[in-house]
Amino acid sequence: MNVEKFKYDNYYPKLFALATIFWGVVALLVGVTIAIQLYVPALNLGIPYTTFGRLRPLHTNAAIFAFVGNAIFAGVYYSLQRISKTRMFSDVLSKIHFWGWQLIIVAAAVTLVSGITTSKEYAELEWPIDIAIAVVWVVFGINMIGTLMKRREKHIYVAAWFYIATFVTVAVLHIGNSIELPVTFLKSYSVYAGVQDALVQWWYGHNAVAFFLTTPFLGLMYYYLPKAANRPVFSYKLSILHFWTLIFIYIWAGPHHLLYSALPNWAQSLGTVFSIMLWMPSWGGMLNGLLTLRGAWDKVRDDPVLKFFVIGVTAYGMSTFEGPMLSLKNVNALAHFTDWVPAHVHVGTLGWNGFMTFGMLYWMVPKLWKTKLYSRKLATVHFWIGTLGIVAWVIPMWWSGITQSLMWKEFTELGLLKYPNFLETVLQIVPMYIIRSIGGTLYFTGLLILVYNLYKTMKQGSFVPEEEAEAVPYDRTPEPLKYGMIHRYIESKTLLFTALVFLAIIVGGLVEVIPTYLVKSNIPTIASVKPYTPLELQGRDIYIREACNSCHSQLVRPFRSEVERYGEYSKAGEFVYDHPFLWGSKRTGPDLHRVGKKYSNMWHYLHMQDPRQMSPGSLMPRYPWLLEWDMDKESIPAKISAMRTLGVPYPEGYENQAIADLEKQANEIANDLMQSGIDADPNKDIIALIAYLQRLGTDIKKEVAEK
Amino acid sequence: MFSNLLSSIEDVSVYPVITLILFVFAFVLVVIRLVFMDKETVNEMKNIPLEDDNEEFITNNENKNEKTQNI
Repeated sequence: MNVEKFKYDNYYPKLFALATIFWGVVALLVGVTIAIQLYVPALNLGIPYTTFGRLRPLHTNAAIFAFVGNAIFAGVYYSLQRISKTRMFSDVLSKIHFWGWQLIIVAAAVTLVSGITTSKEYAELEWPIDIAIAVVWVVFGINMIGTLMKRREKHIYVAAWFYIATFVTVAVLHIGNSIELPVTFLKSYSVYAGVQDALVQWWYGHNAVAFFLTTPFLGLMYYYLPKAANRPVFSYKLSILHFWTLIFIYIWAGPHHLLYSALPNWAQSLGTVFSIMLWMPSWGGMLNGLLTLRGAWDKVRDDPVLKFFVIGVTAYGMSTFEGPMLSLKNVNALAHFTDWVPAHVHVGTLGWNGFMTFGMLYWMVPKLWKTKLYSRKLATVHFWIGTLGIVAWVIPMWWSGITQSLMWKEFTELGLLKYPNFLETVLQIVPMYIIRSIGGTLYFTGLLILVYNLYKTMKQGSFVPEEEAEAVPYDRTPEPLKYGMIHRYIESKTLLFTALVFLAIIVGGLVEVIPTYLVKSNIPTIASVKPYTPLELQGRDIYIREACNSCHSQLVRPFRSEVERYGEYSKAGEFVYDHPFLWGSKRTGPDLHRVGKKYSNMWHYLHMQDPRQMSPGSLMPRYPWLLEWDMDKESIPAKISAMRTLGVPYPEGYENQAIADLEKQANEIANDLMQSGIDADPNKDIIALIAYLQRLGTDIKKEVAEK
Repeated sequence: MFSNLLSSIEDVSVYPVITLILFVFAFVLVVIRLVFMDKETVNEMKNIPLEDDNEEFITNNENKNEKTQNI
């Protein structure tokens, strides 16, 4: 038995932990700001960079990839070394990983507020940043797998399985969803269109939740919960079972984001069935976590770390129960596009991700600084204020989601919509928005308490970057394969294990994605649906830049209440030229798919200048810069060519004529505005946006007229 | 584009069926494996995170005492 001496690297876990705290403050601050903007639209200060549409993706990206992302890395870099009894594979890779990731976050923040976005939720970043993410992610993967390959511990502990699944699947998802055709340095179009694009996006979006917000945290739970409770996990067998089931099933459930959409029915049903099945492995994980505390519940009373973990794991159980329920078509019909969905998401992010991270930090920072937590009392105050914050966030949003949806669907005895004015249903829920922002502020205050408490902890301790350790390396001579040893054999082979994980997720992934390639044959093409004109295309890009899809859907579902309110329900064939799709996922404002020709050009012009001129009491922010900014005409030929490469049937050579056509249509709109008494410059952004809005959903009407 | 390459696949509805069977197969395999897994290995594995060698740094004596009791 030769005992080997080595050193654990504590430096990068420390840096990632500090980054977690820093970005957590940023993400939550932006979150609170946009929560208040929803009822005080003037809080955008009348400038583009602080407007809801641009801050909302900043909030989600900062929360998911900066706050939660750094927390994952901090947790993984600390725990992986210890369950493998070895130092991280390479300090250089750790360095590239850490600084690369922070640079990506900064680049994301700058581009998102500048309106540089692909519009696809949680994948808004443009192509150069997408490439950087892929590179840094692979660096992380190599570092992790390298560490496992040189481990001294014979078995790969279950936490590391979840880390591997995270690495493999996020790589596949990110690359799959980010396939886009660059037009300029910071502008690209998704290669997928319409229904295809929606399906790929929600295959990604759903699984980003699964493999960025769930599996890594289950891994962290399997390390930090036993550590904090000082007892092994309740059932190791259950952890194996729910690991394989979870990663196999999760990947299938994406289509539940597109129920009642223009997606083929069988794919919708598949999404629902697998979402219900997913409930079981999710609760397997939750129960395994909670039951680890059997016989130790008295500790929960005193230890703030365990308090955070208990609520974190419980929130995981709640949101994984709610998720399958929301996938039922009848529930989804009520909940989709409403505040219920962000409520569901925030049980997960604030409860599960947030509280698990806080618990982990309160446990890990004293360990890294070789001291005790500065104040348990303050940590307990943080716990209570945070819990109260979650409750005050989530309950009003459940309430407002259901209220608003019922109002959308209510008819009078005469068969007319009871609330035909969408705004009425918004003003009804403003009090809920106010309470929600108070909940968010409470949660944010809790985080500030953590900052103070951990700062004091760091100050009273002394950080040890290199931690001495020793271990006996396991015997690597291969054992003869005997019956019943197969899983153990697989578990001990890092690369083989990684390959199997890949296989498990790719099967479901392919089944979900292959049909999207087939969608062409599943979509009844509509002859009257034509590509956008250059001006409309330009307007569409402005719609994307201002992230109008954050608050407006473009998908009328086949319900009587929606057809009555908006017009004919949306058909798959109407979106065949939409690179990317812009269905949206939340109706803070009304659906826009049939808005074309509904209002005059003048109405749109004045509405963008100040929405309250046209609809008093509206909560939409003002967009005065659209009236001032010059339209970007130079990129039009490149955009037309790119679209043609993607299969949009612009005639060969049309790019040369595009600018002339654009100017002609712009002049028509400016002349029309002139007749209404508005002296508008045809070269401004607003003209293009009006052209796009007036085109929306109108092609199908031409067909009816022709018939 | 390459999206046209796969559009000729027929009987796409058979894909979900095949993978459902695959899933059930994999699930049953894992369950069988778990039933026959020996207790010693399971115990060994589940105690990995608790074998940390940096326990000497823990200043929280409470924790340390409890650990010895558990063993």
